[in-house]
Amino acid sequence: MTEAMDAAPACRIECGSRASRLAGALVLLFLMAGASMPFWAEPASLRALAEFFYVLALAQMWNLLAGYGGMVSIGQQAFVGLGGYTLVVLGLHAGVNPFLAVPAGGIVAGLLALPAGCVLFRLRGAYFAIGTWVMAEVFRQVIANITAVGGGSGLSVTRAVATIPTWWRQSLTFWCALLLGGGATFLVYALLRSRYGLALTAVRDSEPASASLGVSVRKVKWFVYVISAVGCGMTGALIFITKLRISPDAAFSPDWSALMFFVVVIGGIGTIEGPIVGALLYFALREMLGGFGTWYLIALGILTVAVMLWAPKGIWGSLVSRYDLRLFPVQRRLRPVDDERDATPPAVITAAPCAGTLKA
Amino acid sequence: MNRTLLVLEGVSKRYGGQPVIDGLGFGVVEGEALGIIGPNGAGKTTLFNIIAGDVRPDAGRVTFAGRDITGSGAAALCRAGIGRTYQIPHPFAGMTVFENVLVGATCGAGLAESAAHAVAIRCLRRTGLLRQANMLAGALPLLDRKRLELARALATGPRLLLLDEIAGGLTEHEVRELIGIIKDIRGEGVTLIWIEHIVHALMAVVDRLIAVSVGRLLTQGRPADVMASPQVREVYMGVEAT
Repeated sequence: MTEAMDAAPACRIECGSRASRLAGALVLLFLMAGASMPFWAEPASLRALAEFFYVLALAQMWNLLAGYGGMVSIGQQAFVGLGGYTLVVLGLHAGVNPFLAVPAGGIVAGLLALPAGCVLFRLRGAYFAIGTWVMAEVFRQVIANITAVGGGSGLSVTRAVATIPTWWRQSLTFWCALLLGGGATFLVYALLRSRYGLALTAVRDSEPASASLGVSVRKVKWFVYVISAVGCGMTGALIFITKLRISPDAAFSPDWSALMFFVVVIGGIGTIEGPIVGALLYFALREMLGGFGTWYLIALGILTVAVMLWAPKGIWGSLVSRYDLRLFPVQRRLRPVDDERDATPPAVITAAPCAGTLKA
Repeated sequence: MNRTLLVLEGVSKRYGGQPVIDGLGFGVVEGEALGIIGPNGAGKTTLFNIIAGDVRPDAGRVTFAGRDITGSGAAALCRAGIGRTYQIPHPFAGMTVFENVLVGATCGAGLAESAAHAVAIRCLRRTGLLRQANMLAGALPLLDRKRLELARALATGPRLLLLDEIAGGLTEHEVRELIGIIKDIRGEGVTLIWIEHIVHALMAVVDRLIAVSVGRLLTQGRPADVMASPQVREVYMGVEAT
């Protein structure tokens, strides 16, 4: 067989589409407009948007771990909490600028993810999930017994944060959140477009088959687990800059994982757009139903169960399987070049094994 | 040219005290096509799992290209040149057919993505899957799943290819098509070990046949001789009444 005859010339690889390029430009414009917000927007809307972006960052990290890495963790609060307590140590005890705790929180979380992973990767499926929760509880108990960081009742970080003038504090918080939310989304996108993305998605779909095709399954899992820990740690530090008070119960609360789970599952697990849709919906629901107290939480729970039962791919996943929609395209599609189009008819592309694929 | 590529010596594996592979040993010469037959439960797939590094044997030694590979992991062995297909296809259901093959070409053959694209397209064309390239692998029918197993394994650039009942469940016409593809692969100098129940498919391709039963080597030799041997007839059809 000759290389020239057999190789690619008749086909080319396509990743994007017109819709996705338009979406990319819009996202960039939106982010740039967002970056200037501290100069013209109300502090209240800055706060709300900052929260949206850090929820998005957490959700993207959980989606990377569970949706792509296939590791369902209900213990990501371990890293959110570690980030928060990095803020305590650096901001209160070392007296450095509290915003430096954001990258530092990521490093601390990443470093502690290494020994945690050693233990957790011995477990699979549901046992792994429970293991992650236990790990988070271990961190909580350890922190609660260290009086220097406030012990079980926690402490206020206001003293560290108050050294920064108000406008700067609000603006830096907002910019950090924007960077984390946008950065997490872009990171997942770039990762999936790279060759690591192929390995990662392969591991999600079948571990034995990935291994027999040369994918180092353990390496892939480690990589994703540590990245996710770093992202959660950085976001955790930022969250407690805005909250001004930290306690082990708040920092290591399973509610953080529940939040990530809710946003990702409702939006669409295993898609980049899903966490964005989920985060938007979460905030919309909170605005509408927040006044109803406990009923609001019950409504969120019912919604999650309903989505898992009737639209297990989430809102975005259901849209994709119906209308081949992709704003962040990561699929590599083979397109025959124009003169070859008759020889190799373009296959019908669908996102799920639904009726459309039968036409191919 | 008659270099030995793979050697198994006294390989054993037990599951819950039950020996599945019991002191099995044989060699495969580079460029050879070896067929393995045996009744269900003879340990054929376990044998493949041991060679490909999915399962670590309890005893014995496996040597590939002069290197002791006993207990090496599946991913490392794939990169060293052992490709395999699964009896029950394991497609990456959420990826397109093209991306499935691309995994083999990037992670298995270690190619950069641009080079991997060409290899993947070639493997798809050879296995007749090019038209389905953009379909999600989870939506493929059985024949195409089997083809995808083959295309992915080929994309890793194997020196030794392990085929596990790749013709099982296919129609007569589809089997003939598959035989053509496999002969073609062999023509490129890829060494083959093929486990199959559809004996005539096997006979059309392999130079040598090994019959195994309860984890032991029953007999081996030229395909026609093995099929005619009394031990094989006994295992498959019971003792002949005289």
